[in-house]
Amino acid sequence: MMNMVKAETVAPDNTKKSEPVIEIDNLSKGFENEEVLKNLSLKLFTGENLVVLGKSGSGKSVLIQCIVRLLNPDQGTIKVLGENVNKLNRKDLAELRKKIGFLFQSGALYDSMTIKQNLEFPLKRIKKNLTRKEINEKVEEVLENVGLADTLNKMPSQLSGGMRKRASLARTIVVDPMIMLYDEPTTGLDPVTSDEISSLINYVQEKYKTSSIIITHDIECARATANRVIMLQDGEVYMEGNLKEFENSTDALIRSFFKKQK
Amino acid sequence: MKKISPVIGKILKLEVVKKHVIKLSEKTIEKTQKANLFLSELADFTLFLTRTTKEAFSLDFEFKEFFRQCFKIGNKTLPLISITGIIVGLVLTIQSRPALVDFGAVFMLPGMVALSIIREMGPVFTALICAGKIGSGMGAELGSMKVSEQIDAMEVSSTNPIRFLVVTRVLAATLMIPILVLYADALGILGSWAGANIKGDVTFVLFFTQAISYINFMDFFPAFIKTFFFGAAIGFVGCYKGYTAGSGTESVGKAANSAVVISSLLVIVIDLIAVQITDML
Repeated sequence: MMNMVKAETVAPDNTKKSEPVIEIDNLSKGFENEEVLKNLSLKLFTGENLVVLGKSGSGKSVLIQCIVRLLNPDQGTIKVLGENVNKLNRKDLAELRKKIGFLFQSGALYDSMTIKQNLEFPLKRIKKNLTRKEINEKVEEVLENVGLADTLNKMPSQLSGGMRKRASLARTIVVDPMIMLYDEPTTGLDPVTSDEISSLINYVQEKYKTSSIIITHDIECARATANRVIMLQDGEVYMEGNLKEFENSTDALIRSFFKKQK
Repeated sequence: MKKISPVIGKILKLEVVKKHVIKLSEKTIEKTQKANLFLSELADFTLFLTRTTKEAFSLDFEFKEFFRQCFKIGNKTLPLISITGIIVGLVLTIQSRPALVDFGAVFMLPGMVALSIIREMGPVFTALICAGKIGSGMGAELGSMKVSEQIDAMEVSSTNPIRFLVVTRVLAATLMIPILVLYADALGILGSWAGANIKGDVTFVLFFTQAISYINFMDFFPAFIKTFFFGAAIGFVGCYKGYTAGSGTESVGKAANSAVVISSLLVIVIDLIAVQITDML
C-alpha cells in the first residue's frame, strides 16, 4: 500500500463483550412472496468486527440496509446505540445516521464531484462548525490514511476500482462514525487490493475505535478482519462463532463454503 | 343430426358459463392491479411533492447547488431556444402574411405575431423544449445516481438528498424557464421582423413599436405566470422519475423517457387550464 498507514492484517481484538451497539431481535423482511430474512437476531458489541458470511441472496445486504432503515423491516426490532431505529422520526433518524458509516458495494462516490468534494460533502453538512482550514486538514488527513493523498482533485471516473473503494471508505470515516457497515468491501477486486481493503478495515477499527459489521462472501477478507462470524443461510443464522470454529466445522455447508474459497 | 342429451347440454352450458366467469374475474384482477399501481404512484408522488415543498423552506438551503443548476439549465437550453424562437417568429410571419394581405390587414402583422408569440407560442414551445432537454436530463441524472446507490449514500450519511438534489433542481427550473420564455419571446419577435423583411421593408423600431402597441398587461401577465407552473411541473416530474427509478440501467432510460412524456403532457394540460382561467378574467 502506497502512503497508507501500516495496519495489521489480522483484526485487533477490542471486544471484551462490552455493551452491544446494535441489537437485532426477530427481524423479518420479505419482498413480494419471498421472505429474505426470517426471525433473525444478532448483536454487535463495542469495538468488534462482526463478519456476516453467506451465499448470494442469503439476505446479508438486506440486513444492513434494515439497520440504517434504507429498508423497513416487516417485523422485529433493531436497536442502534440504544435507539429503536424503526420508531425514530426523520430528524432523529438523521441524527443517528451521523454516527453510522456505510460503505456501499459499488463505492457510490458522487461522480459529478472530485474526490475532495466527495469528502467535503458530508463533512460540511454534518460538522457545521468546522472552519475551511479544518475541513481541508481533515480531508487531507483521511485521504493520506487511505493512501490517496494524490487524488484530491481527481474525478471518481479517473480512479481504479480499488482506489474508488478506498476513496469511498475515506468519505465514510471523514465524519468519525461510531459504527461501520461494510457491504461486500472486497467484491470485484484483485487479491492484492482485497488485502489492502481488509487491512484498511482493521486500521479503521483501530484508529477510529469503530464497531463494524462486514458483509462478505470472501473468506480471505473474513479471515483478515473477523473477531466473530455469523453465517446466514436462507435468511436465518446458520452458525455463529469465531473463525476457528468455522474452519474446524464438520457441517457440510460450512465446509463446502470454506473449501471452495481456499 | 344427432341430438345431444339434455344432461350433456347442461354440462356444456355450465362449462361455457364457467369459462366466462374465469375470464371476467381475470380481467377484474388485472384492472384492479392497474388501478392499485396508479393509486400507489399517485400517493408516492404526493409524498414526494410534500417532502420537497417542506424541504424548500428549510433554513439550510443549498444556494451553491441551486445557482449551479440555474446555470446548467440556461446553458444547456440557450442555443436550442434561440434557434427555435427565431424560427417560430419567422415561420409564423411567413405563414400569416398572405392571408393578411388578402384581407388588406398586413399592418396588423407585427401585433398579431407578437400576440401569438407572447401568449402561446413562446411559453409552450420553450416549455416543451425544456421538458425534452431538462426533464430528461434530470430523470437520467437522478436515475443513474439512484442505480449506482449515490442517493442511498446521501440518505445514510444524513446529507438529505431531497434538499440537495431535488429542491435545487425544481426551484432552478421554476425560475429559469420564465426567463428563457422572455428570451424566446424577444427572439421570436426578432425572427418575425426578419420574416416581414423578406417581402417588405420595415425598420426594427417601427416593427417592434407596432408589435408592442397591440399587447396589453393582461396579454403578457397570465402567460408569464403560467411559465412558473411549467417550470415547476418539469422539475418535479423529472426529479420524481429519476429519484424513484428502479434498479438496473434499463430503469435510467425508462425514467428519462417517462419524465419527458409526462412533463410534456403536463405542460399542455397546465396551458389548457391557464387559458381557461385567463378567459374567465
